[in-house]
Amino acid sequence: MTVEGLGAPPADPLEDAVLAARLFVSAPQVFKGLVLRGPGPSREALVAALAENIALRRLPGHVDDERLLGGINLAASLSAGRPIRQTGLIEEARGGALIAGMAERMDGAIAGRLGQALDEGTTALVLLDDASEPEEGPPQSLSERVAFIADLSASRRWQGVEMAPAAGHLADVAPLDDAALRALAATAEALGVESLRALIFAGETARALAALEGRDAAGKSDLSGAVRLVLAPRATRLPPQQQDAPPEEESPPPPPDSERDDQSDSEQQQQEPDLFEILVEAAKASIPADLLASLVQGKAPRRSSSSGTGQKRKAATRGKPLGARPGMPRGGAKLALIDSLRAAVPWQAVRKREAGASETSSILMRKEDLRIRRFEERAARVTIFAVDASGSAAAARLAEAKGAVELMLAQAYVTRSEVALVAFRGTTAELLLPPTRSLTRARRTLSQLPGGGGTPLALGLNAVREVAESVIARGRSAALVILTDGRANIAADGSPGRPQAAADAQAAAKAIAVQGIDALVVDISARPGPEGAALANALGGRFLALPRADARMIQKAINAVQPIGRAA
Amino acid sequence: MARFPFSAIVGQDDMKQALLIAAVDPSIGGVMVFGDRGTGKSTAARALASLLPPILAAEGCLYGCSKEDQARYPDVCGTGKMVKRAVPFVDMPLGATEDRVIGSLDLERALRSGEKAFEPGLLAKAHRGFLYIDEINLLEDHLVDLLLDVAASGENVVEREGLSVRHPAKFVLIGSGNPEEGELRPQLLDRFGLSLEVRTSKDIEVRIAIMKLVAENEADPEGFAARWADADAAILKRVAKGKARLSKLSAGDELLRDAANLCLAVGADGLRGELTLMRAARALAALEGAKSVTRKHLIAIAPSALRHRLRRDVLDETGSTVRITRAIDELFG
Repeated sequence: MTVEGLGAPPADPLEDAVLAARLFVSAPQVFKGLVLRGPGPSREALVAALAENIALRRLPGHVDDERLLGGINLAASLSAGRPIRQTGLIEEARGGALIAGMAERMDGAIAGRLGQALDEGTTALVLLDDASEPEEGPPQSLSERVAFIADLSASRRWQGVEMAPAAGHLADVAPLDDAALRALAATAEALGVESLRALIFAGETARALAALEGRDAAGKSDLSGAVRLVLAPRATRLPPQQQDAPPEEESPPPPPDSERDDQSDSEQQQQEPDLFEILVEAAKASIPADLLASLVQGKAPRRSSSSGTGQKRKAATRGKPLGARPGMPRGGAKLALIDSLRAAVPWQAVRKREAGASETSSILMRKEDLRIRRFEERAARVTIFAVDASGSAAAARLAEAKGAVELMLAQAYVTRSEVALVAFRGTTAELLLPPTRSLTRARRTLSQLPGGGGTPLALGLNAVREVAESVIARGRSAALVILTDGRANIAADGSPGRPQAAADAQAAAKAIAVQGIDALVVDISARPGPEGAALANALGGRFLALPRADARMIQKAINAVQPIGRAA
Repeated sequence: MARFPFSAIVGQDDMKQALLIAAVDPSIGGVMVFGDRGTGKSTAARALASLLPPILAAEGCLYGCSKEDQARYPDVCGTGKMVKRAVPFVDMPLGATEDRVIGSLDLERALRSGEKAFEPGLLAKAHRGFLYIDEINLLEDHLVDLLLDVAASGENVVEREGLSVRHPAKFVLIGSGNPEEGELRPQLLDRFGLSLEVRTSKDIEVRIAIMKLVAENEADPEGFAARWADADAAILKRVAKGKARLSKLSAGDELLRDAANLCLAVGADGLRGELTLMRAARALAALEGAKSVTRKHLIAIAPSALRHRLRRDVLDETGSTVRITRAIDELFG
């Protein structure tokens, strides 16, 4: 099949990023912005080039609501004695774009505000994504609302970045015809891009590509460009194989995660083989490498949820009140009025004399008088389950373990705790469920949890320790519940052999004990041996043997020993 | 971006119907929309607000008081004359602080003139309109509690920072969220009148139609709005007629029994389910211009009214909707 070279990826990722930047600049209101992934000189060069074409306003990560939206500048108002307004960053950046560094760490509250501003068309965003893990990324609510996502991590170019101006105007380009719309929609479907926003962005991108070159209608190359720039980076599955597989959908069985509608796919293909195939080819050739890798394994990467639910403590706004301290009432911190007045009163005589005010005039306050309230909030707790899914833990018991985890989770969303799940079997340990309160997600993950194979206990323990450490690093407390029989037979390096495996497991358990993390070992095998108790001992934790328990009994037992619900 | 005409929204019939029902009878108590991003949730909610006819409210009143409100809350509203204003639509961001939502001490006036004045918050702004919260499942729990409490009682009572203020705050709460990212507590879900699950349409034709309409709207928002004005007006008329008809409709004993049986069968405990089911069936009948509320209306609205109230057995994989339709089949054949 000839695709006239349209599907070939450009030599360097920077080229596409520059193209995306040119498109964005040509119609910032339409495209709303772009995500630039991967720090490095290429990105810096591109941002510098962008700044020459559109006004960029830096958005620091610690920006607060007042600064973002504008409002009364309290400090200035107090010293002036009259209200002084300040404009917010969103307003200041109108007509240009806000640029946010380390967008993957952006606070959910800020993302919410920005998302709203994007919807209203009052701002455009350039998000610099420095995430190192494929799981991380800017808040989805924002990356969903901007047109382009470009990955520059693999770029090796940084010189000669120029953004040629567009030759024509978007408004002069004819609307896409039905065939083009249909091909785009079918391609989005094939790539598993469900959001309509992305599809709409793709349509506009095709037209804008034509406008860049001064043409008045979008052609095939424009459409494949749109697929490459907008749809491919958002792919959640690989398009079905056309050339290799016969046209009658004899395609390989779909991965368990996808819900492809083979029927409609084949219909679409018969209707417009040419354009659709060209677009799918273009998409395949330009799906980013790391995304491709995870798609090949049949799992869609799951970026961090839009605002990192519960990743932070808002000690400034709620919880048990502590004393007041000097500070500005911003970012959700509340003014302690009485304390502020108390701080101001002793100075009144002096200030009135200084200001030449009469004795009866109102109280003179200064910025340094302001006190804000402090609150103490107890850290939210994350219970991390490590489930032994090996053959020795008896596959039948696995169902009970799954059930117990679901029950704990159901309980977790009534309280404020979260649950994470690590499973280990064969030669791997995997974080199946990052800390979450979502029952839906947990259930899906659990239902796909396979059983069987050896018991790499050391690997499992190391994996939970890593999760626990990252939880603690975020200021929350972690508790481990390890469901296993403790009979390790795979060593930390993945090689079989009981003695080494047991020694490695001991070492891993000690490493957890050293951190002082709460641990509970639950042995749910039909005949509990001494290994489970030994493991609990090494962990410095407790041990429960529940040979005949069902899911509810396990949950009750765990609760009795470890009151998960009572945290926070 | 200009608001998209309500009638131009393709598909999402369930959501459109639920929103119209809430517009006919706001006492149903809010609509919760579950679904992925980019399914047109916020577009539909915004479109509805701009569709509705302007309301009469006291001039300059920060709370948008009606005549009756003026009489009930003489403290907060003067005797300003009534002028037309658009139905408020308040888009509440995730990061909103409690102060911003319920209102707070007007700092500026407090510090400058020592006056204890109340600065109304988003709840006041949303009075007689819609309060839309995207990703409500990520909102802090204490804020959700507060919102639902105000939504249920219809007034906002502020007793803090030395303030004691009571003002009307009747609004239709529209929440949306993706359950994959965290769920609402069951107690809170129960407070919503209707709930829906929306998905992006997989139908290529539908998707193409949407793309075309959006492109048309972008190219010429005014012309686009004008082309859909008649269709919007027709919907508006239906809502107005439905509102007028609502008080004349009542559900017979038989229907009440049906509702009770259905709630019992699906295990939706609590009176709220039954009540909402009846109200929603009535509002649907009113919206459709029916002469009486029938079992047909009850069945049509049951999934939306009950879906989120089922006691969840976490070990049962069956979806709530399936359980309801099954119960309907068993009960009513």
